[in-house]
Amino acid sequence: MKLTATFLMALRALRRNKLRTALTMLGIIIGVLAVIAMVAMGNGATSQVEGQIAALGQNVILIFSGSFTQGGVRAGWNNAGTLKIEDAEAIKREVPDAVAVSPEVKTQNQVGAGNQNWFTNVQGESPDYFGIRNWEFAEGGSFSDQDVRSANKVAVIGQTIVTQVYGNDDPLGQILRVKGVPFTIVGVLVSKGLSVMGQDQDDVVIMPYTSAMKRLMGVTNLRSINVQAVSPDKIQSVQDKITQILRQRHNITSDNSDDFTIHNQQEFTDAATATSRVLTILVVSIASVSLLVGGIGIMNIMLVSVTERTREIGIRMAVGAHGKDILLQFLIEATSLSSMGGIIGIVLGIGASKLISMFAQWPTLVSPLSVVLSFMFSACVGIFFGFYPAKKAAALDPIEALRYE
Amino acid sequence: MAMKPVIELRNVDRTYASGEVEVRAMRGVSLTIEAGEFVAIMGASGSGKSTMMNTLGCLDRPTGGTYLLDGIDVSKLNRDELADIRNQKIGFVFQGFNLLSRTSALENVELPMLYSHRRRTTKELREKAVAALRIVGLAERASHYPNQLSGGQQQRVAIARALCNEPALLLADEPTGNLDSRTSIEIMGVFQELNDKGITIVMVTHELDIAHYTKRNIIMRDGVVVDDLPLGKRLFATEELRKLEEAHEAVHL
Repeated sequence: MKLTATFLMALRALRRNKLRTALTMLGIIIGVLAVIAMVAMGNGATSQVEGQIAALGQNVILIFSGSFTQGGVRAGWNNAGTLKIEDAEAIKREVPDAVAVSPEVKTQNQVGAGNQNWFTNVQGESPDYFGIRNWEFAEGGSFSDQDVRSANKVAVIGQTIVTQVYGNDDPLGQILRVKGVPFTIVGVLVSKGLSVMGQDQDDVVIMPYTSAMKRLMGVTNLRSINVQAVSPDKIQSVQDKITQILRQRHNITSDNSDDFTIHNQQEFTDAATATSRVLTILVVSIASVSLLVGGIGIMNIMLVSVTERTREIGIRMAVGAHGKDILLQFLIEATSLSSMGGIIGIVLGIGASKLISMFAQWPTLVSPLSVVLSFMFSACVGIFFGFYPAKKAAALDPIEALRYE
Repeated sequence: MAMKPVIELRNVDRTYASGEVEVRAMRGVSLTIEAGEFVAIMGASGSGKSTMMNTLGCLDRPTGGTYLLDGIDVSKLNRDELADIRNQKIGFVFQGFNLLSRTSALENVELPMLYSHRRRTTKELREKAVAALRIVGLAERASHYPNQLSGGQQQRVAIARALCNEPALLLADEPTGNLDSRTSIEIMGVFQELNDKGITIVMVTHELDIAHYTKRNIIMRDGVVVDDLPLGKRLFATEELRKLEEAHEAVHL
């Protein structure tokens, strides 16, 4: 028998009992709706966190001075003073996959211009820093390598400094006093907002690391080095190479531990998304249970249907239907039920996600994968739970079935 | 060369094992029905005529002996092969009509063709079904549902369904059992017309007057054929109906 004819027959049978069909589908609809909406919410949360972490820059490797423990004494990360400018230069020279390197020092100082002043973070960086952090300029641009070499008194400021110190004035080309030293503003950064930790990333003055070290801090050690790997798959090899170079330069023998600590961005991302992922899995597994219950509902109604239609099955067999024709008919009926429920559930699920993001201010992201998977899963539910009733129908004895009242 | 018989039973047994007791519903039945015959199989309940019907209809297999249907030995076929034989060789007419409810007369007639191995387009199906309905005089009611048709009309639809695959044998199980006497005669009239066109008909019935419309009566008792006679004084539906009309008018006068 032709498949299309069987399919039409199944649809007709479903149309005959509209209310029953709708109620049976409801189980699947609710299940799929829940899965789609939950996954969308989970994805939304995850992508928000990922977005915040991506703001740190791409393929970033951070090298901190000092290690967690040294000789049994836990040292602070940046107090060990083991990282030198030469270390950063060596990395830039010897690791070709490290496309950008920015030595970093940090301090906090009072800054001022005119009659305004503000206590803020002061960072010394190389011009590579803005590329590493993927940070663009609203006005002006970065200081140059020449500024770094000459420790020029130039600086780039964040949006918070603009509003707090300059108000409505254009800060470009103006003088900013940092710890009494006048710096010329060469660039204004665009706003980055809050960091993952909730800190205001725009509350910052960035200047050449040489200027910060010589003119403000009077130190020769770096706090850390920011490195950008050429691509995500090179992060590990770059990290390994840096470890090797630094151990060699710091004369660390193989039985001693590192006097620096390396982190990469993936670690931060993993930690931050792990939580939301666990939550998503939990919620989705609960939603899946309702899909399962929907499937049992289908099985139940198919069993009732087979019993009700015993005589019809007998007639079909008497006029030449094979067992497999009957099996296919009921299987298609069950699968149509579940996949139609799946489609309706998907549509409602997408709608629900939109409503949630509209009214609950919760970012949602409907993933195509969850749509495809939940459709296939609901179709499989139909096949799985429809198989037993269909098998039962196909195994009927035509003589008995014809006699059934 | 003589034509091969439509039905040839050779020493057919059918035994049911129901618990401890063994029921022998058919005991060594031998029977030949030629093409173009119109046969009534009769007997009291328990005589084995239902088993005979199921066996002839390839719904059941004999436990012993050989059954040749249109020259094919069907006694050793499996479930699916029997289904194909039923589809191609046999047209069924049942006592309870057995039409699919909430399915139009036309679609009911199309049903056996849907399960046929022969590929037909939707248009061909429709045409053949309409032609079959025309034979039983119901072409204009093709779109009616069974519950919109009278018993006699439903049985005509069932006959059209039986005819659509051009079977070698029309098998009727108490076809008039649910009908009043006048409609019964009309249905017998349909059968006689079909038989006149050369269609072989085997009918199981316990009503003697209905059996009189056939050409040959086979009587069964306790699983064996006890009597097998050609009918001498045959009734003709057209005549009987005319007589009924006359009687009717006489009452009115």
